[in-house]
Amino acid sequence: MPVNLDFWIVLQRWPELMLGISNTIILALSGMTLALVIGILGVAIQRAGEPISTFLVSGFVEIIRNTPFLVQIFFIFFALPFLGIRLSQNVTAILALGLNGGAYAIEIIRAGVDAVPKGQWEAGFALGLRARDIFRIIVLKPALRAIYPSLTSQFVLLTLNTAICTSISALELTSVGQRIEDETFRSFEVYFTLTAIYLVLSLCVMALLNVIGKRMFHYPTK
Amino acid sequence: MGMNEFVFLLNGLKWTILLTAIGFVGGIPFGFLIALARTSTHPLVMTAARAWVGLFQGTPLLMQLFVVFFGLPLIGLEVAPWLAVGIAFTAHASAYLGDIWRGSIQAVPKGQSEACHALGLGYGSTMRDVVLPQALKLSLPATIGFLVQLIKGTSLAAIVGFVELSRTGQMLSNLIYKPLLVFSVVGALYFLICWPVSLLGRRLERQLTTGRR
Repeated sequence: MPVNLDFWIVLQRWPELMLGISNTIILALSGMTLALVIGILGVAIQRAGEPISTFLVSGFVEIIRNTPFLVQIFFIFFALPFLGIRLSQNVTAILALGLNGGAYAIEIIRAGVDAVPKGQWEAGFALGLRARDIFRIIVLKPALRAIYPSLTSQFVLLTLNTAICTSISALELTSVGQRIEDETFRSFEVYFTLTAIYLVLSLCVMALLNVIGKRMFHYPTK
Repeated sequence: MGMNEFVFLLNGLKWTILLTAIGFVGGIPFGFLIALARTSTHPLVMTAARAWVGLFQGTPLLMQLFVVFFGLPLIGLEVAPWLAVGIAFTAHASAYLGDIWRGSIQAVPKGQSEACHALGLGYGSTMRDVVLPQALKLSLPATIGFLVQLIKGTSLAAIVGFVELSRTGQMLSNLIYKPLLVFSVVGALYFLICWPVSLLGRRLERQLTTGRR
């Protein structure tokens, strides 16, 4: 059976694909920023040692890490309106990506903070700094530096997770692809093209994060 | 939500577990081959395995499902949806498990295989009798961790139209119009399967680190 593939019909929709790509990048970068903020705040809360808030943070981490991203995004998009919280597709997508990535970031960053020698804290206290200033000024940067490779792979995973946001019709690359599929019936060509684009995209994200890492954490430790 | 609706969800759960089992059991032999290829000294074999892993780790699982789902008929394989999705998860698992096990094989000190070489053992015996038994122990926590990832990953089959737990939840939510309740129950069901597995993985990891101290 000769297979009749027509990639041109997909590629000539490049303006839409470009829009999808740029929106995917926006979703990914916003999601990463939110995840990083949640990650740092979560660790700071755990470090403060208040039992109730520590328990809440741990519960959040366990729930997010043990349920699928798809169910999380469905929950935010379809269930929260019944509690009076109504968000647009793309805001939902960023929130879901940030919460999901944030839970993983908490685990990763905590490992980094644990790796910072205790003497750093003690030196901070000896200088008369408060715990939260020590965390912010002294501990955070070497902690992030120690776990930056894990954080990078988690953020690449977050970028790939943006594809799932198509399930709530957020505007991004996969949903653009699905629209092209609906109009051309070229399912394989569409998804093959998208796969190639995602592969390039994840390589770019990895390269970008490496550059950021080099610039931020390039200093001698000893 | 009454008993009938709950049974409906459990029926979806059955498919989630079946899909996970297909992907995991299928991924084990192929992942093993990938790990051996990745640690081989033959440059072509090594590069091919590396490309395979990079391909699956650099693209969304959802795209992998779509490409396999629509690609199989193009190469003349008209298979049932569950099998198509199962093949996709198997390929996905083979790449991830292959990479995890590559790491564990490389984590076994090099002196071990050098000692085997000095004793005149061949590749087969070195791997079977010396390296792999040690690598197996090292690989368990990450392998269990991937199992959790795979259970959650099967939810994406819902987007391809396969009826498993997430899709069942979506259908039920549309039917009885109680998304808050339905998605809470669906999430709780996933949590009930994933959490014990996560805890097991964490326990194995702790045993491993204390054992090595």
